[in-house]
Amino acid sequence: MSAASKTFTQLPLTRSLGRTIAIYAKETRYEFLRLLRLPVYSLSTIMFPVMFYVLFGLLLNRGHEANGVSVAAYLMASYGTFGVMGASLFAFGVGVANERGLGWLQVKRASPMPPFAYFTAKTVVCMTFSLIIVLILLVLGTVFGGVHLGGGPGFRLLATLVLGAIAFCAMGLAIGYFAGPNSAPAVVNVLYLPLSFASGLWIPVEMLPHFMQRLAPFLPPYHLGRLALGAVGVASGSSILEHWEALAGFTLICLGIARLGFQLDEDKTYG
Amino acid sequence: MVVAMDDILGRPRKNRTAALVARLERVSKNYRKVRALREVSLDVHAGEIVAALGPNGAGKTTAVRLLLGLGTANTGRVSVFGGDPRNPANRLRTGAMLQVARVPETLRVKEHIDLFSSYYPKPLPLAQTLAAAGLESIQNRKFGDLSGGQKQRVLFALAICGDPDLLFLDEPTVGLDVEARRALWDEIRRLVARGKTILLTTHYLQEADALADRIVVIHQGSIIAEGTPDEIKARTAGRQIRCVTSLPIASVCAIPGVLEVRSDRDALLIGTTVAEPVLRELFLRDPQVGGIEVTSAGLEEAFLALTQDSNQRPEER
Repeated sequence: MSAASKTFTQLPLTRSLGRTIAIYAKETRYEFLRLLRLPVYSLSTIMFPVMFYVLFGLLLNRGHEANGVSVAAYLMASYGTFGVMGASLFAFGVGVANERGLGWLQVKRASPMPPFAYFTAKTVVCMTFSLIIVLILLVLGTVFGGVHLGGGPGFRLLATLVLGAIAFCAMGLAIGYFAGPNSAPAVVNVLYLPLSFASGLWIPVEMLPHFMQRLAPFLPPYHLGRLALGAVGVASGSSILEHWEALAGFTLICLGIARLGFQLDEDKTYG
Repeated sequence: MVVAMDDILGRPRKNRTAALVARLERVSKNYRKVRALREVSLDVHAGEIVAALGPNGAGKTTAVRLLLGLGTANTGRVSVFGGDPRNPANRLRTGAMLQVARVPETLRVKEHIDLFSSYYPKPLPLAQTLAAAGLESIQNRKFGDLSGGQKQRVLFALAICGDPDLLFLDEPTVGLDVEARRALWDEIRRLVARGKTILLTTHYLQEADALADRIVVIHQGSIIAEGTPDEIKARTAGRQIRCVTSLPIASVCAIPGVLEVRSDRDALLIGTTVAEPVLRELFLRDPQVGGIEVTSAGLEEAFLALTQDSNQRPEER
């Protein structure tokens, strides 16, 4: 073969900060539109926690108390956690499994998209859906459930749950890198529903069988649930910092698992 | 009938001293137990259009994936623009059309293009990308509502929207009807006329012939033939002779230039690269030979001829 007489000089990556931010914003906007237009996602992730809250928090347990606060306030925090978890697990778990398993992620990786933009966009969108879910619960509880959190605690509840979504984005990412496109929704459900129950998101942990109460502190949703409950005035045995530490540790473990999946994925052939 | 497309298209011979844009140097790639590429070397020069031709599973897609930095070679060196294909600066000058089973279906055609255009420093205007891919009338449709051919055209649009210098097109015309295929060919030629460099993979000899300056035939992970379309056709465009003869098969096989002989009812099917010498010999050996038909062999036979050729050759590398 003839030798090349000319070579290319390697250009540095020239992209201004403004352009980079514009890419992140566009990536996020289209990821949001993609999920918003997918009723199986947008309706079910918002509808289920809201429906459960209306039924168990506002209609069936009117006037009852749990752990020193009204059931309407208690379930606002726990179903909020449940909703945030679902929004993140489905968007990341099913989303990444699909896009990875069916070749779309390869097209994105081959393009000059900043790789981090893909994950950032998905995370911001999960946090946005989380915000929508918690806001709806907050409004419903305040208007129909007689919950009066006030500005400070209300903001704390929102901020806690929206930030906590990141832990379940990481968990979804790990699932997305190991589950196939067809099995991902089933895998997410198999983890999501039992985890929610055992973490005390449907009925208070204190009402669960004793062995499950011992198990709960090992489950990540328990910790986010406790943080959310703390915002509505339920006292926790552990400090806020301990709960955040547990969530941060869990996030790092999930990212490590996802990283492993990424490496294994590279060795698979697509024909 | 194979027509010499070169004359029709008036393709100039590309200057081989042009800068090296993409290169595989003795590259091997294994997926678990499958050897996808074995010591493959390939050079693509600026302004050139190279077709990697081969049956499914030959290793064409693997070669493209490596050049896009989507995987790492087990041995050998992969370079694009003289550097690592993973280099973000190189990706800004590269576009890729890959085989994708599913694209996010709830986004509209123009939204997909808008997003990909934003990745590049100097993208084509949206209208130009839409026109090049023939998507103007369906730009507001959601991807999930498109036909197979339309989806393929969107993937083409995403590859070209950034106006990249180097384009990888992996089986670009799969699922397109004849008209859409011709339109895409025209578009690919227009890109080359604008100085772009293209590596395309295909399993249609006709497509490689219609587009490429150079064809690289890949079979079972190795390059088994390389040359201009004319050179490749000379090696692959075999002829098939159908005739009725009293000669035994063994004696027909003994005729120089005969690749294979099969009996078909009362006739014989003789595979060969060039028909005339074989016919001359047939007439000499059997003056009563009749019912003669000479047809050009299909791609299947062509591949067969090439792969037999490569099997006979001892391992070169």
